[in-house]
Amino acid sequence: MISSIDLSPLVDWSRAQFALTAMYHWLFVPLTLGITWIIAMMETIYVKTGDPEWKKITRFWMKLFGINFAIGVATGIILEFEFGTNWSNYSWFVGDIFGAPLAIEGIMAFFMESTFIAVMFFGWNKVSKKFHLASSWLVAIGANLSALWILVANAWMQNPTGTAFNPETARNEMTSFWDVLFSPVAVNKFLHTITSGMVLASIFVIGVSAWFLLKKREPRMALRSITVASVFGLLASVSLALTGDGSAKQIAEVQPMKLAAMEGLYNGKNEAGLVAIGILNGQKKRDADDIFAVKLEMPKLLSWIAYGDPQHFVAGINDFTKGNASQGILSIPEKVERGKVARQTLTDFKNAKSAGNLVKADSLKSKFYDKEFLDNNFKYFGYGFNDEVKYYVPNVPLTFYSFHIMVILGFGFMVFFALFLFFSARGELPRRKFWLRLAPWIIPLAYIASEAGWVVAELGRQPWTIQDLLPTVAAVTKLDSGTVMVTFILFAVTFTVLAIAEVNIMVKAIKHGPKDEGGTK
Amino acid sequence: MPKKSERSVMYKVWRFYIDGFKDLSLWGRSVWIIILIKLFIMFVIIRLFFMPDFLKKNYTTDEQRSKHVLENLTSQL
Repeated sequence: MISSIDLSPLVDWSRAQFALTAMYHWLFVPLTLGITWIIAMMETIYVKTGDPEWKKITRFWMKLFGINFAIGVATGIILEFEFGTNWSNYSWFVGDIFGAPLAIEGIMAFFMESTFIAVMFFGWNKVSKKFHLASSWLVAIGANLSALWILVANAWMQNPTGTAFNPETARNEMTSFWDVLFSPVAVNKFLHTITSGMVLASIFVIGVSAWFLLKKREPRMALRSITVASVFGLLASVSLALTGDGSAKQIAEVQPMKLAAMEGLYNGKNEAGLVAIGILNGQKKRDADDIFAVKLEMPKLLSWIAYGDPQHFVAGINDFTKGNASQGILSIPEKVERGKVARQTLTDFKNAKSAGNLVKADSLKSKFYDKEFLDNNFKYFGYGFNDEVKYYVPNVPLTFYSFHIMVILGFGFMVFFALFLFFSARGELPRRKFWLRLAPWIIPLAYIASEAGWVVAELGRQPWTIQDLLPTVAAVTKLDSGTVMVTFILFAVTFTVLAIAEVNIMVKAIKHGPKDEGGTK
Repeated sequence: MPKKSERSVMYKVWRFYIDGFKDLSLWGRSVWIIILIKLFIMFVIIRLFFMPDFLKKNYTTDEQRSKHVLENLTSQL
């Protein structure tokens, strides 16, 4: 077994490096995704009204977007480098599933974003108002569509669909582009992600504008920006909650172990309640009925959210590890046995081919296209790499707390937008010093919520790089773990320096205000 | 040779970018310096020295790459 070789330091460093890069990359993306819509809306008001104040406002936020975009641009490329270096088995195994969406993403990002961003920044006095406005909208659309392709690829890892594994090449091959593109997980992930960007950007705009109001600088710009951002943010946060509900339903269907970890649910039950707030008790046994030290639970809500039925059974972690025949859930050891059969078949195929026994090789290859073998064995291929039951249980405290931080903050943001909209509509904002002082501090919370969402999505599905098919231990390149550690440290230093540079430039640009706004003089 | 009108369009696009970059404000220049430093670090230092593509570096054909991954997926069963 692979587990008998000590790969854990290598896997841990490789995972840490990927997580570091992804989290750093994600510091820039959501603001870009969200603020482009706000800028396009502000410019639309400018074009409609002809009021130069709106042009000034638009150009100021465009400047901040430009800083964020420029420093964040291409940070995602490092993730692709890591696929090739640290996760070579994985990057080969996924085959053309990543190739096609990422190629479209690259072309789209290059042509749509770079062309229209140039018009956005350089074209104020060189193209017509309407052409400039169209460019701003196309930047927003292009940036968000770019995100679509990478999220489609990520969704496939969470729920592989529209593909077939070719044992000859050891790669997955796309059988239906549309199944990959329109998988419900992909659609929901895309909508949830872009709406989270809209929420974060709205908080950013409100937080910065509140600072201007407190400093008694640019009050018209600040008040108008808050109005636009609070309306947009409120609508986006409602959409975020709805798409979050969609995500929960998808997870219940395709990654039920993740759902159990998100809720700290060890023993499944009917009429399962949703833990609104809770603290896990590390001393309690994991098969205890209740592992919480403190919790506030909403009865039946988890059953209803996950399955649309308040009576429905929600499986817990122990139902997956030990199995639950009455619910038709296989235990981990049963899945391991099925996965081993799939791996053995692949081994026999490889050996038959090497020995030149083409008849046997062809017969074994055909199994990988046989529905019964696919449903009963290949579906559990990844379980064939490790016998240990605990290996298949994600980090419950981290998943649980990340999920609850994200949800609690998400609902808090909704209240935040509603309050700012209320104060704005009543013309009370300049007097609401407490809320103005609070608003800038909500910005880091928005980033925490956004990163926490990815922690849930990615750590909650461990040990899988591709759900049920390829665990991290089989996906990793067999490198010296010391080398990966060195690059981790190198990246950590580089990313920290760049992040400090961005924050410095951003803060300077905010303090400078909209005096000579825009990318050109 | 492109026609005069095509040259004119290309020239306008060229000038559009050149003028845009020439007119960059101080913050715009700072951002571009950071972008260039970052791209140098990413594509020259990181890519060349720390993050080569393992399969491309060690194997010349897709068949060899498939064989290597197949070996990894089936080894020590």
